[in-house]
Amino acid sequence: MTPTLDELNQAFLRLLTPAPALGTACEMHDATSCEGKGVSPNPAPTPPPTSAPVPPCRIVEGKTKGYHFDADLAPDQIVPAGRLLDERGFAIDAVTGVDWLAAGQMEIVYDFYHPVSVLHVVLRCRVPREGAEVPTLSEVFPGANWHERETHDFFGIRFTGHPDLSPFLLPEDADYHPLRKDFTGAA
Amino acid sequence: MLLEKLQSAVGAGVILPDGHETFVLNLGPQHPATHGVLRVKLTMDGEYILRAEPVPGYIHRMQEKMGENRSWSKYLPNTSRIDYLSAMTYTHAYVLVVERAAGIEVPPRAEYLRVITSELNRISSHLVWFGAFLLDLGGFTPLLYAFDDREKILDLLESVTGSRLTYCYYRFGGLCNDVDAEFLTGAREFVAYMRPRLAMYRQLVTDNIILRKRLEGIGRIDAELCRKYGATGPVIRGAGVANDVRRVEPYSVYPLLDFKIPVYSECDCMARYLVRMDEMEQSLRIVEQAIAQLPEGPVMGKVPRVVKVPAGDYYHAVEAARGRFAIRIVSDGKEIPYRIKLRTPSFSNLSLFEEASRGMMLPDALALMGSLDLVIPDIDR
Repeated sequence: MTPTLDELNQAFLRLLTPAPALGTACEMHDATSCEGKGVSPNPAPTPPPTSAPVPPCRIVEGKTKGYHFDADLAPDQIVPAGRLLDERGFAIDAVTGVDWLAAGQMEIVYDFYHPVSVLHVVLRCRVPREGAEVPTLSEVFPGANWHERETHDFFGIRFTGHPDLSPFLLPEDADYHPLRKDFTGAA
Repeated sequence: MLLEKLQSAVGAGVILPDGHETFVLNLGPQHPATHGVLRVKLTMDGEYILRAEPVPGYIHRMQEKMGENRSWSKYLPNTSRIDYLSAMTYTHAYVLVVERAAGIEVPPRAEYLRVITSELNRISSHLVWFGAFLLDLGGFTPLLYAFDDREKILDLLESVTGSRLTYCYYRFGGLCNDVDAEFLTGAREFVAYMRPRLAMYRQLVTDNIILRKRLEGIGRIDAELCRKYGATGPVIRGAGVANDVRRVEPYSVYPLLDFKIPVYSECDCMARYLVRMDEMEQSLRIVEQAIAQLPEGPVMGKVPRVVKVPAGDYYHAVEAARGRFAIRIVSDGKEIPYRIKLRTPSFSNLSLFEEASRGMMLPDALALMGSLDLVIPDIDR
């Protein structure tokens, strides 16, 4: 089955909104407005006055961003979202982190591509920077195992349920996380 | 005490239900079959593998952190040192993602030349794999032929880029310099020279019964395994899936060129071997067409002196010699990247090794590893 963007959007809306949303499809967001939520102080282009919060998932202009669908998740939604993509034949591309030091947050970014269609999906999850912890996706996609281990190496983000978070690319006695923005150098 | 420590370090033997005792065999980090400094911790039941655990990281250089302390353009040389055999395609991904983010236009001549040099680089990369893979299997001669042919590509690329391996030829908005007529003549001659060579490889190697016995039906990797682990490139195309970024998410001038995506559905080492052999032929076709279509004009577009990327995150994937290579950049609008993530094909392709090698005989597992075409700095970064 080759998934379509609209179907994917509907499925994610069902997953991410607790009460059934009244079937309103997310409108197309341009490159800048989909960054509006949380990512650095943005000169937010037309922010809708107070009401209408940014939907938790949105279709993105692939030509300018390089991906087609973007969803913000809470930690407990990661595994269900992974399963949703797994059922639709997506493949795991990468898992990584971004350290938002000023905002005191860690962002975990999951990339998925589809082996036979052009679709590229991004899942994001932001957690407090100290003690950052999210569930592992390695039971849905075994390929996530190495990516999560690397992300733990570089950012110190813990993946609960991960079989082995010992240093992977870093030396076996490493107790530092070099991609944290406050990292000053290994002793 | 010391014995206990040693045993816990290497893993002690375990008595299996059938009365056999396992032992731990250390492969690498210095071992010719791992093509660089990769270590694999093997738990063996006689000649059979119970568990093969890759231990990468021996040449980790923190390439991603290096991106956070230099300007966008100063990171360009780093991208050619990740997979050193496929430097052109890697710099291609980086210039493409920055051009996408900053809205930089590239003149058509530059894109054509990028494709020509990238495809020549792909052939030279596959030739190294061809030689090294057969060396793994015990055939020494093909390596000498392959390196002889590869030398011609290196000479050609050296004449325009100044380097023989870690090319840094692409710039944001174009290329650092145009090619001369000699390069184009040389590339045309190379295409004419290489075709009979590939036919000769078919006779000398591909049709060889010993090679076929070593590869056919060995090292099964199917489409589902590729999907679950994110394996791409010749690995997924040897599993019957026509996944090629050049076709699935077209970039540069690839949509204007006529070429086939070789696919074999046998899922074994032979399928992956044949995919790469066919790909060299297709790359020759691409080079030939791109030279014929090469437009006149500038090779550098309008680019600000200091490149700044609008705040946000951007992503671009390319088809490198080993599969899908992608860069995710995050910018906060400054002159220095906020975050650069490198998604490398060897990393994902190796991650399925533990599952794929379970129950295999050790010599077959080395054939499987060779058929993944690993480049270790591409895993370790």
